[in-house]
Amino acid sequence: MPDDKPLTGNMRSDGVALDLKAYERAGGYEGLRKALGGMTPAAVIEEVKDSNLRGRGGAGFPTGLKWSFIPDKAPHPRYVVANGDEMEPGTFKDRILVELDPHQLVEGMILAGYATGADIGYAFLRGEYTVGAERVARAIAEAYEAGYLGKDILHSGYSFEIYLHLSAGRYMCGEETGLLNALEGKRANPRAKPPFPPASGLFGKPTTINNVETLCNVPHIIRNGAGWYRGLSRSKDGGTKIYGASGKVKRPGLWELPMGTTIREIIEEHAGGMRDGLQLRGLLPGGASTDFLTGEHLDAPMDFAGVQSVGSRLGTGTMIILDDKTCPVGMVSNLEHFFSQESCGWCTPCWSGLGWAERILRAMEEGRGKPGDLEKLAFQARFWAPGHTFCALAPGAAEPLQSALKHFRADFERHIDEKRCPWK
Amino acid sequence: MATVHVDNQRYEMDDKQNLLQACLQLKMDLPYFCWHPAMGSVGACRQCAVKQFKDESDQHGKIVMACMTPVTEGARISIQDAEAVEFRAAVIEGLMINHPHDCPVCDEGGECHLQDMTVMTGHNYRRYAFEKRTFRNQNLGPFLNHEMNRCIQCYRCVRFYREYAGGNDLNAFALRNIVFFGRDKDGVLENEFAGNLVEVCPTGVFTDKTLKQHYTRKWDLQMAPSVCVHCAVGCNITAAERYGMLRRLVNRYNGEVNGYFLCDRGRFGYEFVNSQRRIRKPLRHGQPVGLEDARAGLRKLAAGGAIGIGSPRASLESNFALRSLVGADYFFAGIPGREAALLKLMLEILGNGPAPAASLREIEHSDAVLVLGEDVTNVAPRMALSLRQAVRQQPMEIAERLRIPLWMDHAVREAVQDEKGPLFIAAASATRLDDVAAATFRGAPDDIARLGFAVAQALDPAAPGPEDLPGQTRELAARIAAALKGAKRPLIVSGPSLGSAAIIQAAANVAWALAGAHLAFTAAEANSMGLAMMEAPALDAAQAATAETAIIVENDLYRRLPAAEVDQLLARFGHVVVLDHLENATTAKAELLIPAATFAEGEGTLMSSEGRLQRFFAALSPTEPVEPSWRLLGGWNTLDEIIRALAEAMPQLAAVREAAPAASFRMEAAKIPRQPHRYSGRTSMLANISVHEPKPPQDADSPLSFSMEGNPKQPPGALQPFFWTPGWNSYQAVNKFQEEIAGRLEAGDPGVPMFASGGGGHAFFNAIPAAFEARAGEWLLAPLFHIYGSEELSREAPAVAELGPQPYVALNPEDAAQFGDEVELMGQRFRVSRIAELPRGVAGIPAGVPPFAGLELPAWSKIQPIQ
Amino acid sequence: MLTPEERTEIEAEFPHYPNRKAVCIDAMKIVQKHRGWLSDEALDDIGELLGMSSTDLDGVATFYNLLFRRPVGRHVIYLCDSVSCWIMGGDQQRNHICKRLGIASGETTADGRFTLLPVVCLGACDHAPVMMVDQDTHRDLTPEKIDQILEQYD
Ligand SMILES: Cc1cc2nc3c(=O)[nH]c(=O)nc-3n(C[C@H](O)[C@H](O)[C@H](O)COP(=O)(O)O)c2cc1C
Ligand code: SF4
Ligand code: FES
Repeated sequence: MPDDKPLTGNMRSDGVALDLKAYERAGGYEGLRKALGGMTPAAVIEEVKDSNLRGRGGAGFPTGLKWSFIPDKAPHPRYVVANGDEMEPGTFKDRILVELDPHQLVEGMILAGYATGADIGYAFLRGEYTVGAERVARAIAEAYEAGYLGKDILHSGYSFEIYLHLSAGRYMCGEETGLLNALEGKRANPRAKPPFPPASGLFGKPTTINNVETLCNVPHIIRNGAGWYRGLSRSKDGGTKIYGASGKVKRPGLWELPMGTTIREIIEEHAGGMRDGLQLRGLLPGGASTDFLTGEHLDAPMDFAGVQSVGSRLGTGTMIILDDKTCPVGMVSNLEHFFSQESCGWCTPCWSGLGWAERILRAMEEGRGKPGDLEKLAFQARFWAPGHTFCALAPGAAEPLQSALKHFRADFERHIDEKRCPWK
Repeated sequence: MATVHVDNQRYEMDDKQNLLQACLQLKMDLPYFCWHPAMGSVGACRQCAVKQFKDESDQHGKIVMACMTPVTEGARISIQDAEAVEFRAAVIEGLMINHPHDCPVCDEGGECHLQDMTVMTGHNYRRYAFEKRTFRNQNLGPFLNHEMNRCIQCYRCVRFYREYAGGNDLNAFALRNIVFFGRDKDGVLENEFAGNLVEVCPTGVFTDKTLKQHYTRKWDLQMAPSVCVHCAVGCNITAAERYGMLRRLVNRYNGEVNGYFLCDRGRFGYEFVNSQRRIRKPLRHGQPVGLEDARAGLRKLAAGGAIGIGSPRASLESNFALRSLVGADYFFAGIPGREAALLKLMLEILGNGPAPAASLREIEHSDAVLVLGEDVTNVAPRMALSLRQAVRQQPMEIAERLRIPLWMDHAVREAVQDEKGPLFIAAASATRLDDVAAATFRGAPDDIARLGFAVAQALDPAAPGPEDLPGQTRELAARIAAALKGAKRPLIVSGPSLGSAAIIQAAANVAWALAGAHLAFTAAEANSMGLAMMEAPALDAAQAATAETAIIVENDLYRRLPAAEVDQLLARFGHVVVLDHLENATTAKAELLIPAATFAEGEGTLMSSEGRLQRFFAALSPTEPVEPSWRLLGGWNTLDEIIRALAEAMPQLAAVREAAPAASFRMEAAKIPRQPHRYSGRTSMLANISVHEPKPPQDADSPLSFSMEGNPKQPPGALQPFFWTPGWNSYQAVNKFQEEIAGRLEAGDPGVPMFASGGGGHAFFNAIPAAFEARAGEWLLAPLFHIYGSEELSREAPAVAELGPQPYVALNPEDAAQFGDEVELMGQRFRVSRIAELPRGVAGIPAGVPPFAGLELPAWSKIQPIQ
Repeated sequence: MLTPEERTEIEAEFPHYPNRKAVCIDAMKIVQKHRGWLSDEALDDIGELLGMSSTDLDGVATFYNLLFRRPVGRHVIYLCDSVSCWIMGGDQQRNHICKRLGIASGETTADGRFTLLPVVCLGACDHAPVMMVDQDTHRDLTPEKIDQILEQYD
C-alpha cells in the first residue's frame, strides 16, 4: 500500500471492488484484530482522538470526541450509522469508497461499534448508488462469513451486526437526524438538537453517526497508530483527504492528498488547470453549501481552519469550479433550485424563503429581474442563518447565495439592468 | 423558579417551562404558531423568535426560538430587539406567501390566529410577486370543511390528529413549500376528535362545516358558558347564537375537565337545538294552546294528583321543580331500576369509599390504568382522549432521565418511541383505545367482573377473588395487579354500560386494594349522577303508583323500557303531560305537551360522572313559549330561588349553590355581556319586525346580560362567555385567562367536584358472579356503544346522524357461521355484523339505536335464522 | 394482495429493524421494484402487512423522490440537474432527450417506454453530465452518446 494514500491507494484501476482476500492482503481487518485483541473501547477512542481525525461529512466534528459522547452506562441497543447519503451537489467521494473498497467501510463501522459499545450498525446509502450497494452488501456477507461480524467477533466476546439500508432519496436524509427518521421509516424531517443522537438517536437509543469517508479512515488509524496518521497531513487536522474537482477543469476527478493541500495545487496540478480558453472565476470549495471563493483565495490550504480563514468551509472537500464563460447567476439559480427542491418543509425560513429566492433567481435569469431583487435575496440569505432555521440545510443554501452576491454583484446587476442573461 | 430578564425587566419564571410559555404566562404578546399549550414545542414555524443574550455585557445576542429554549436562571432575552422583530416579520411574510388573502370570505375571519399574528408582527405589505401554490381540497365528511390554500404549514393539525389523538387517516404529504395536509383520499375523518382541528389549526384550513350552513362571524355571536349535554363527562362549551338560532359550539377551557379539546359528538351534536322536530308551541290534544293556558292546565292536573317522572338529561333544577310540584313521594327518577341501582352503587363507592373520583386532568396524568367493562371512546368520548395521554406518563420518565424537557414534544416522542405505559382494557368487544393498550381482555360482563375481582385479590389477599379462573386470566390479573401496584398514580375506569353491578364492585375493590388510586366512572347521560343524588325511586316503581296524571319531564320513556311496558305504564293515567324539546314516542302520547328549553335556551345545573356540579347558561335569549322546565313547572321566579330551595331540601346537593355565582353577582357593578363589544347590527337586526330597537331581554337568572353592555373583564370561570382580549381574537386568547398556561383558569376552573377526596373506610364487595356460560340457541344481548348514534339528542343533529350505524346484530364469526347475512331477533330482521373480538355466546346490538333503544341490556334472547 | 415473492422479500427485512413501521420504506421499494410504481392498492397491501394505514404510507411515499405514486414508463431516466452537470451542459442534454423522446421532463413517452425525471447530483461530477437509466449510471453524456444509450433499453 502506498503509505500516503491509505484510503484509495489499494483501489484497482479497473473499477472492480477489492474483495475480502484482496482487502486482507493489503492489511485489511488488522486494525480490527488489533482493537479486539487488546485495546479497550476507551483506548480505541483515545487513538482516534489522538489522530485528529475530523468528520468528513461537512461539519468537521472531531470523530474521537463524538464517540466519547456515548456514556458508559448508556442503554442498549446502541447504534452506529454510516452516512452514505452523498447528495450534496458536486460531491462524489463516498461513491468510490463504497464502490471500490467496501470492506474499508465495514471495518470502520465495526471499529466505531466496538469503541462506542454499539450492537447494530446501519450502512445508509443513497438509493442511486446501486453498484455501491451491491458491493457493500457483498462485503457485509463476506465479513460475516469470515467472523468479522455477528456474534462473538474473532472470539473477543464482542458482537455486532450491520444492515444495509438504501435510501428512497432526499438530500435531507444526509442530515444526521433526518437520516434517523428515514431509517425509522418516517418522513426525513430533522430532529431537535438537543437531545443529540448519542443520548437519544435511532429508535430513541444512543447513536453515533459518521460519514463514510470518516469511517474509512479508522481502520488505518488503529492499525498504524495516531502518530502515523497525523503525519500524513500537512495541517493540524489529521490524515489525508479525498479532494475532488468538477466543472471546466482539464481533468476533473478525485485525489487523495495530505490534509491541507492548497486549493491551487489541487486545481492546477491535479485537475490540470482550467480548460483552454477559460479563466477561473470562482469555486465552491466543499460542495454546494459552501461560500464561493475566488482566484485570490487559491493559496488557502484545504483544511478546516484554512478554508474558514478565507471565508468559506472545507465542507466535503470536493470543489465545484466556475469559469468565466459560465453565468454565476445561473449557477446560483441552479443551486438554490436544488436547496428549495430538497427542503423538507418543516421550518418556515427554509420552505418559504428558499422557494422565494429560487423564483427571484429564475426570473432574473429569464430577464424578469427587478430592482430590489438583490436586497430581497440578501435579506433571505440572512433569514436562513444558522440558528434561525431548524437544521443546517437553509444555512447551507445561504452560503453560495450570500457569497455570490458579494463576489459577483455586477453580474446580478447586469441581469436586472439588461433584462436578460448576458451569457445567453 | 428562575429570574429572567425580558427587555431589561426582571421576571420570575417557572424553570420547568420554555420561554414562550413563560412569556405568555406573564401576559406578554409573543407570536407563535406551531407551539400548542397541550402539545408542546417542535420549533417548526420559527415565529416565536426572541433575542437571547449571554449576559449583561453581551450586545449582540443571538436569535433563538422561545418555544425551544428552556427557562434558565439568569437568562436575558429581548422580544423588542430590532433583529428579533425583523425576523418575526420575515417569518410571517414567508407564511403569507401562498396564503390566498381571502379573509373576507373565510370562516375563520375575525377569530383567526393567523390574522392576529399578522397584525401583531406588523406585516403589512406584500413583496412576493410570483404565483402562489394551490391545492385541491378534500371532502372530509360532515364535520369539517377543508380549504388547503390557507395552510401555513405549521403541522399542528397532524400533530394533534396523529400524535395526540391517535388518528392515522390524516397526514402531511409531499415536502418543501407544497406540503399538503389531508387524507390520502377524500373521505370522512375517522378520528372522534377531528373537530378540534377547527381550533387547533391557526388559520381557516379546517373549519366547522355545520357552522357554514348558518354562518355568523364570531364577533356577531351572542355567547354563553355552557356544558355539553351529550354524555356525562361534562365538557365545558361555549354556545353561540345569532338571530335566535344556535350557530355552533366551541370548546370552553376548563383546566380540570376538557382542557382544550372536545369530542365530535359534543361539538357537532348541538344541531338538535335547531331541529325541525323541535316542539315550539304548547299543544293540548294536538292543538296549539297559549303558554298561559298550558301552564294553567299543568297546574290543574298537578293539583288533581300527579306523579312526576324526571330525567337524567334534565337539570337538577328541572328535576327538583317536578319533585316539588308532585311531592317527593310521587317523584320517580326516569330510569329503569337496574340503571338506578348501578348509579346508586357508584355514588356510594365515590361518596364513602377511600378512592377519590378522577377529573379528566387527573386521568390524563395517571400512569397505570385498568378499564373494566367500558368502551370509553363511545360512551365517554373525551375521557378516551385523556386516557390516550395517560399511556405516555410512564414512558415520559425515559425522557426525564435523558433530561429532555417534557414540553419538547418531538424529542420526547423520539426518545420514547412506541413505549406505552400500562393501560389494560377489559371490555365486551374491541374498543378504540385497544391500539395503546398493554393488554386487552374480552368477555361477557360476568367474566369481566371476575377478572376485576381477581386483580383486587392479587393486590390485597383480603379481597375476595374467584376460585376457578382460567390460568391465562389469572396470569393477566397478576400482570395487571403488578402494573397498578408499580404505578404512582393508578386509575380504575368503570361504569354502568354493561348493566353489571359486579363490574362496578370489582372496580371498587381494585381501587380500594391499591393505595392512592383514583376511580373514574362513566354514566349514561349529562345528569345521570345528579338525578341519582336525588334518591328518587326508579321508573319501575312508577308502574305501581296511582294518580290521575303523569307529568314527564324531558324524557322519552320509550328509550328506557320496552314499548309495551311504556304503553302499559302510560295507560294507567287519565292524563299525560310531557315537557320536552323534540318530538318523540313519548311526546306523541301527551295530552298536554309543553316545549321545554334546551341547554341553549335556559340554565340549570348538571352533575357530571366525576361528580362535578356545573352550571350552563342560556345563549339564546328566551323566546316564549320555550322556557326551561323548572320555570314551566312553577313555584319559582328565578334560578337562584329554586337553587336555594333545592339546596335546602336536599342537603346532599347543597353545593349546587357554588356551581356558579348567583344572579346578583356583578363585575364592578356591571353584568357580564354575552355579546362581544365588536357585536354589530344591534340596532338594526330586528328592523324587519320593528324599526324601534327593542330593549334587550333582561336576564333575572344569571349575572350575564343579553347585550354587549357590561363589564367584559375576567369573570369567574363558570361565567366566562367567551375568551377574547385585544389583539387575540381567536380561541388562543384563552392564554390570557389562565393562571398557568394549560393550567387553572385565573378566575377558577368551573364546577364543584363532590368526590374529589376519598371517603373513609371500606369493606370489599364479595358477590363474585359465576363464570359466563354460553347457551345453545340463545345469546346474551349486550350493548355496543356508538359515539354517533347511541346518544339521544345528538342523533337529531344531521351531521352526527350521517355517521350513525344502522341497526345490526353482531356475533362472533364462529357463532355467526350458522346464520346467513341476516338474522331474526325480536321478530325483526337484522343485518349480521361479524366481530371476531366478541365473546362466544354474546350478541352485540347498537345501544340506543331504534328499535333497540328501549331494551334493558344485557338480556338473553333467541336469535333465529331467516327462514 | 402482496405476491408471495413481495411478501418474502419484505419479511426478510423485518429482523433488520426493531419494529415493522421502520420497514415501510424498504417495503415500498420492494413492491415498486415488482410493480413499477405504488398504486393505492399497493399501499393498502403493504399497510396490511405492516399495520399501517394507507395515509401513513402515503405521507412517507410522497416525501421521497425515488418512490412513485404515479405510473412510470418501463425505463426511468434520471437526469442529473445539479450544479456540476449544469456547468457541463446538462440543460442541453436534457433538451436533447426531450426532443428525441417527444416528452417534457417529468413525462412518460406515449409508448410507455421511458419516463424522464430530473434527479439530484448523482455523485459522478468528474464525468458530468450524468444520468441513470434504471440501475445504470451513464457518464460524460453527449447527444450522440445519449442516442446510443437509449437504444439499449426497449
Ligand atoms: C442538509 C444536510 C445534508 C447532509 N448530507 C450529508 C451526507 O450526505 N453525508 C454526510 O456524511 N453528511 C451529511 N451531512 C452532515 C451530517 O449531518 C453529519 O454532520 C455527518 O454525517 C457527520 O459525520 P462526520 O462527523 O463523520 O462528518 C448533511 C448535513 C445537512 C445539514
Ligand atoms: S392545515 Fe392548519 S394546522 Fe395544518 S399545517 Fe396548515 S395551517 Fe397548520
Ligand atoms: S411557536 Fe416556536 S417555533 Fe413555532
